[in-house]
Amino acid sequence: MFADWPLLSLVIWTPIIGGLIVLFVGDRMPEASRRLSLSIAVLTFLLSLPLFVLFDRSTHEMQFVEWVPWISTFDIHYHLGVDGISMPLILLTTFTTMLVVLAAWEVIQYRVSQYMASFLILAGLMNGVFSAMDAVLFYVFFEAMLIPMFLVIGIWGGPNRIYATLKFFLYTFFGSVFLLIALIYLYTQAGSFAILDFHHTPLGMTAQTLIFLAMLLAFAVKIPMFPVHTWLPDAHVEAPTGGSVILAAIMLKIGGYGFLRFSLPITPDAAMALDWLMITLSLIAVVYVGLVALMQKDMKKLIAYSSIAHMGFVTLGFFLAFMIYNNTGNWQGAGLGISGGMVQMVSHGLISAAMFLSVGVLYDRMHSRQIADYGGVANTMPWFAAFFVLFAMANTGLPGTSGFVGEFMVILAAFRADFWIALLAATTLILAAAYTLWLVKRVVYGEVANDHVAQLQDLNRREFWILGVLAFAVLLLGVWPAPLLDVLDATVENLVRHIAVSKL
Amino acid sequence: MTFEIPDFVPVIPELFLLGMACAILLADLFIPQARRDITYGLAQFTLLGTFLLTVILASPEARFTFSDSFVADPMSDLLKSMVLLVSAAVFLYSRPYLQSRDLHKGEFYVLGLFGVLGMLIMISAHSLLTLYLGLELLSLCLYALVAFNRDSPVASESAMKYFVLGSIASGMLLYGMSLLYGITGTLDIAGVTQGVVAAAAGSADHSVALVFALAFVVVGLGFKLGAVPFHMWLPDVYHGAPTPVTLFIGAAPKIAAFAIAMRLLVDGLGPLHGDWQGMLLILAVLSLAVGNVVAIAQTNIKRMFAYSTIAHVGFIVMGLMSGIEAGYAAAMFYVIVYAITSAGGFGMILLLSRKGFEADAIEDFKGLNDRSPWFAFVMLLLMFSMAGVPPTVGFYAKLAILQSVVQVELVWLAVFAVLMSVIGAFYYLRVVKYMYFDKPADTAPLPQGTGINVVLSINGLLVIGLGIFPGLLMALTTAAR
Repeated sequence: MFADWPLLSLVIWTPIIGGLIVLFVGDRMPEASRRLSLSIAVLTFLLSLPLFVLFDRSTHEMQFVEWVPWISTFDIHYHLGVDGISMPLILLTTFTTMLVVLAAWEVIQYRVSQYMASFLILAGLMNGVFSAMDAVLFYVFFEAMLIPMFLVIGIWGGPNRIYATLKFFLYTFFGSVFLLIALIYLYTQAGSFAILDFHHTPLGMTAQTLIFLAMLLAFAVKIPMFPVHTWLPDAHVEAPTGGSVILAAIMLKIGGYGFLRFSLPITPDAAMALDWLMITLSLIAVVYVGLVALMQKDMKKLIAYSSIAHMGFVTLGFFLAFMIYNNTGNWQGAGLGISGGMVQMVSHGLISAAMFLSVGVLYDRMHSRQIADYGGVANTMPWFAAFFVLFAMANTGLPGTSGFVGEFMVILAAFRADFWIALLAATTLILAAAYTLWLVKRVVYGEVANDHVAQLQDLNRREFWILGVLAFAVLLLGVWPAPLLDVLDATVENLVRHIAVSKL
Repeated sequence: MTFEIPDFVPVIPELFLLGMACAILLADLFIPQARRDITYGLAQFTLLGTFLLTVILASPEARFTFSDSFVADPMSDLLKSMVLLVSAAVFLYSRPYLQSRDLHKGEFYVLGLFGVLGMLIMISAHSLLTLYLGLELLSLCLYALVAFNRDSPVASESAMKYFVLGSIASGMLLYGMSLLYGITGTLDIAGVTQGVVAAAAGSADHSVALVFALAFVVVGLGFKLGAVPFHMWLPDVYHGAPTPVTLFIGAAPKIAAFAIAMRLLVDGLGPLHGDWQGMLLILAVLSLAVGNVVAIAQTNIKRMFAYSTIAHVGFIVMGLMSGIEAGYAAAMFYVIVYAITSAGGFGMILLLSRKGFEADAIEDFKGLNDRSPWFAFVMLLLMFSMAGVPPTVGFYAKLAILQSVVQVELVWLAVFAVLMSVIGAFYYLRVVKYMYFDKPADTAPLPQGTGINVVLSINGLLVIGLGIFPGLLMALTTAAR
């Protein structure tokens, strides 16, 4: 029955329009806006499920396509569609939004409806980013996303929130304007704004290199890659829990998605010529930022740096393909790194969301994120400790959790490319274990550190369910990644076939 | 010699406006101060009537009259409609402000109406003389309006500045025109084009004289548009004039200035595109840089808007400079969007102000979200539109301009423009920061039920509505070229 519904429009506009309704319900009835928001979030999630169920796994073509003229003067269309790399991310978005709305239930007391509305609208815009097949439409969603996030960090954030949110906005805005110029240039070359037309537009090497670098600026800031990552720790530390979760779980993934949708297929030759740069930056993110994470005193900052390191793994996986080809001489198997990166993105979405929500649970009770203020939490919050340890293990890439699958695939791909890259990449297993487990040791285990910790209450039912659902998802993806890999297969294979052909 | 009766049909809107303005001028003498709202109502009726006449008489063909010195074409129909609508909104925003400060006099509306008439004539000018007459009619009304609050020394000072600098600019323009007349022997704009082609093909002396004339014309236009380095008057006049007058100056006259730039440079001196492209390029680059960077340092929101206007003019000039039809259409789209957005921005200042409190410091917007979530949201939309962040309409305006610039292979200029926009985003965000992230310093309730609330809301919704469906307005501007 869902096959002929405009499902993509529904997952985009249900939360946006729902968010506006919540906004108009206003702050006078906080309880009503909470319930309404949750219903809208759940409805959106349910609407996104048919995308997964009805998805045709045998083709790389765009599915659930919608195509309506929008701005005819410039030949811009309201063109939606998903393939194997965007569909899982839409599911991740709708799923996470549900949890974020739930997680804010009692915690947010100031301007409830504006808070909820921001996240609902944000969810719709992010779904739009993942399903837009027209470059201008993509850019509109891509930029519009900044507005609600800017407000979320600025209104509900910590003491230094204004600095953090301005930095966040200006960094990302700075990166994305170059993307805009690149897209306009591509329009003059391709004669349309359709992303799929861009994929087949022949471009000279200079043009490719410049476009690649322009897009790199936009997406590298989003991911974020070393050295433009400095906004992320600030934004994460100051953002409210929900903001951190969405930022880490989805918004960072948009950078990675951008590489797969734009950079690689549009400028394959430039990507091949510059893969050393991407691999170097990724390895720096993995090793150096991993070391930085080790030294953090603030829990959220530590997880933020850990996110950068894990996203370094994603970009590493994406750009290994060319090196694998040079090494082995064929394009078979070059897709392993790309698939690995995608799995890592989804898995990191779940794990980082879980980690930030766990820190949120502690913060709501103690109003401190300093590791030094905690110790022996396991004594007073056994359930919480169980979940937290599980997520920490997943973060280090323990087999059986989702964190393992992606990392394993990327490291395997790295071995096909070059031994030394694989060796450096594999240090993440040690570094991640070091900073995460050390965090667990200092916060969860040991003697009860102080009176505040002694008075902590364990998870309430709401928190239990949120973390429980996430734990289930993390384990499920860890022991049975096949459904996700099946979805990715045809698309990644086609992508590899596409980048194998020079566009010069 | 026979006297031909000119075709009056194309000028019916202007004649109606002229007649009504004279009638209001007389009628106002007999209206007691307590019933001043009658004048206001008549003025609004005049604007809306002129708007309706313009729309009814609009046609896709160009209609010439008065020996070809006046033209009504799709561009003039569109721009006139916009001028009239924006001016009606301006009158509406202004009334409560004027009433609360004992400034609610008939002259405001009469001068405003004559100014609007000047703009309509500028837009429809098809001869150098008509163009100049329209420009002077507008300018004289504006000088008087700036000094409207005659007890305010600041306003008088800025009126003086405006008058002196505006006269110099008019002089420049007139001198350039006289040179053109000398070279081509005609005042008719189509004739000027032919004359210019002939002169440029002729002797070298003539081409030097042409470039000389061109330089003066560009300087004059630069003054009127407020492009750097001819922008000096703008911040002082914006700051010094009473807020309703700033609103009036800031919104519609930019549309008219754009129109004369189109008539003079594109239509009249089109064959010299190679020469004026470089001049406009310099104006655009400087305007973008100075406007955006200096706006950061402002604490007065009217001054901030002044510098932001300069930056927007940079974008408009970029569209003109590109020299392609798409670029002209983009610049027209931009100027219309700018007028709508800036009317909303000044409208917000008027909404927040009351007797003894001008609300013209950026800090006066502190905590607006706590005082009125809806108007904070409207201002948020206006600010993001000015910054060019989608899904507001300001984004499409910038997109269209950038596209035409990339099309003529000036990618570096597009990159420069977006970099400046990033700088610009900072000061717009600062306003949002005050509204949403700070606690209110001023807790007086906002005025209720003055009609300004409704129109301001519509204005804000227009910014997002046109942002979601920009196709229609874009198609209009493209058709108008």
